[in-house]
Amino acid sequence: MTAVAPAPAASCGVRAAARIVAAPDGRGGTALPVLHGEGPLVPRRTRAARADTAQVTVVGAMSAPLGGDHLRLDARVLPGARLAVGSAAATVSLPGRDGARARYDVRLAVDEGAELRWLPEPLIAAAGSDLAMTTRVELAEGARLVLREELVLGRAGERPGRLVSRLTVRRGGRALLDQEVALGPGVPGWSGPAVLDRYRAMGQLLIADPWFEEHAPGVVALASDPAEGEAVLTPLAGPAVLVTALGRDALTVRRLLNAGQRAAAPPAG
Amino acid sequence: MHLDHPETYPQRYAAAPSRQRRAPTPSSAPTTRPDGTRRALRIGLGGPVGSGKTATVAAICRQLREELSIAVVTNDIYTREDAEFLLRNAVLPAERISAVETGACPHTAIRDDISANLEAVEDLEESVGPLDLVLVESGGDNLTATFSKGLVDAQIFVIDVAGGDKIPRKGGPGVSTADLLVVNKTDLAPLVGADLEVMARDARAQRGELPVTFTALTEPDGIAPVVAWVRERLACWTAAA
Amino acid sequence: MTTTTATRAALLVLADGRFPAGGHAHSGGAEAAIAAGRVSDPASLEAFCRGRLGTAGLVAAALAAAAAAGANPLLLDEAADARTPSPALRMTARKLGRQMMRAARACWPSPALDALAAARPRGAHQPVVLGLAAAAAGLGPLDAAHAAAYEAVSGPATAAVRLLSLDPFDATAVLARLAPELDRVAELAVAAAESALDDLDALPAASAPLLEIAAEAHAAWPVRLFAS
Repeated sequence: MTAVAPAPAASCGVRAAARIVAAPDGRGGTALPVLHGEGPLVPRRTRAARADTAQVTVVGAMSAPLGGDHLRLDARVLPGARLAVGSAAATVSLPGRDGARARYDVRLAVDEGAELRWLPEPLIAAAGSDLAMTTRVELAEGARLVLREELVLGRAGERPGRLVSRLTVRRGGRALLDQEVALGPGVPGWSGPAVLDRYRAMGQLLIADPWFEEHAPGVVALASDPAEGEAVLTPLAGPAVLVTALGRDALTVRRLLNAGQRAAAPPAG
Repeated sequence: MHLDHPETYPQRYAAAPSRQRRAPTPSSAPTTRPDGTRRALRIGLGGPVGSGKTATVAAICRQLREELSIAVVTNDIYTREDAEFLLRNAVLPAERISAVETGACPHTAIRDDISANLEAVEDLEESVGPLDLVLVESGGDNLTATFSKGLVDAQIFVIDVAGGDKIPRKGGPGVSTADLLVVNKTDLAPLVGADLEVMARDARAQRGELPVTFTALTEPDGIAPVVAWVRERLACWTAAA
Repeated sequence: MTTTTATRAALLVLADGRFPAGGHAHSGGAEAAIAAGRVSDPASLEAFCRGRLGTAGLVAAALAAAAAAGANPLLLDEAADARTPSPALRMTARKLGRQMMRAARACWPSPALDALAAARPRGAHQPVVLGLAAAAAGLGPLDAAHAAAYEAVSGPATAAVRLLSLDPFDATAVLARLAPELDRVAELAVAAAESALDDLDALPAASAPLLEIAAEAHAAWPVRLFAS
């Protein structure tokens, strides 16, 4: 919910859903009993950095989302499994023919003792686009999560599109993080000195890990040049840290998020 | 004054004639802790910038810290400046000093909206155990700054001779209504051409029977008259329990 | 969820800048924005206030409205935590909540305020306390939302007057220009609060990244005029 006028209902867009389920394979690795995609969302198993982890890369088979599209991506990591998900390229939100808003809903669940590394490439709001994205994560108390979200307003040299992205994370059924960023034309004050100012890219990196229960980190101001970007790592009220980064471009934001991840990361388990 | 009204003035009414000034009235704040025991006596210290409020607080603490459980709340214009002076000079252990941030307006924090100060006092009582005396110091402010009766039981206004011997004559709520007026830095009087006699006479005219004391904190035991007054207040406070 | 005219004056008391609940020592992020050169005149102050109103202001207004409408204040407090990634801002919200609690109990004693004070002795998030205070004063959710939303912009405007020596007429004119948007935010907040009675996730979560980042930097300054 934001102070943004509701968009016309989606009319003739694409509806597509993809689904990933990761489970222990019984030999110390992770299997993917479900790996299903359609339309613009095609998840593929790719080579993983670690033997115990299943790596999935979501390949955008066509430009998406367009105005009016409704995409949905579900992933569940069953107890003890380890899943890493990335994307082959940045996702570009483009305007549709009738000005309708596009929707992209991501639903993630990470069970006890499981780990999910959700590290897609940036989402770029092209001029004239309008996308509402929601990411909802259900974490078991003993689950681990690394989740990155990067939002870029406009392609190079282009006016920004509109982007509303809500990230809701629950841990053991209780709210851990709930953040919605609404950016672009029609959002009051988004380019003002309280929200984004002159920056055109922002990113969030969330690390949730029971390890933080015993090792609560402090705030870390990530060294940055305000002309380029700025970022801070903050401990949340629960066992998790959030890196919030703003930058003139996606590259700066990625650099700041990586610095935050290095500053906060619990030992690899 | 309207004929229907009896000729009385509210506590500390700054424009009341001096003949009506009398001994300190107790604070309106509850006198007990949540557990029913009598809380610490709270004394506020106000006065213009540079008159020696922090030095007075430090001297009181040094004199009384062996026999009493004391804590200090500072209200700085800039965050923590006075608190840090007290810490650097090891007047009290750090856990007995709390700094309230005032949004550039110390007089608001000690008079109009005392919520942050009350919380600071209560937190100190909670964290360092039962206290006998809490000194609430205001950041250097103007002559109109006074403490709320909801915050302190008595207040000291500190001015100094170097600020000019006209200050008592000018009056203002601080000078005329404080429970104790301290005229500090008397050792500087000859250097700045201040007439202590004139200051005493003007103060009397403004304050009626309320006490005035002259101090030179640079001299050995220069704080003695202020400490004596604090002890007197403490004795009354304890006796009233 | 309508305002009863019989209690309207209580809203003036609650929303008065002189209500002794600690707000005077807080700039709502304006001090950091001014130091960064992002707020320097009435126009940039207005842009700052507009952004804060639509984010932190909307969330605070919805929390206050939901509390006034009878949602569980402890769950609202948890929802407020999840919507405040900056520990400095969480601390500020609880500190102000505790101060609001003191003032509210003195003005409008109520069992609901007592219960929250007992459950959160170090302070609940200020908008939750504000909502309960509004209810105790006989006000409705829309009143609570208005008070919270107004506070989200009046604090920075007052601070800008002190910090920039801004013409107070200009600063107040900014607030007057924002009034229609403030009404709309309050209405959105009440609609969200109504849905939140069934599902707390219906509460808005609008965030302002610069406010969060700057709040942490500000909290680490050795010298500052405002507490936040």
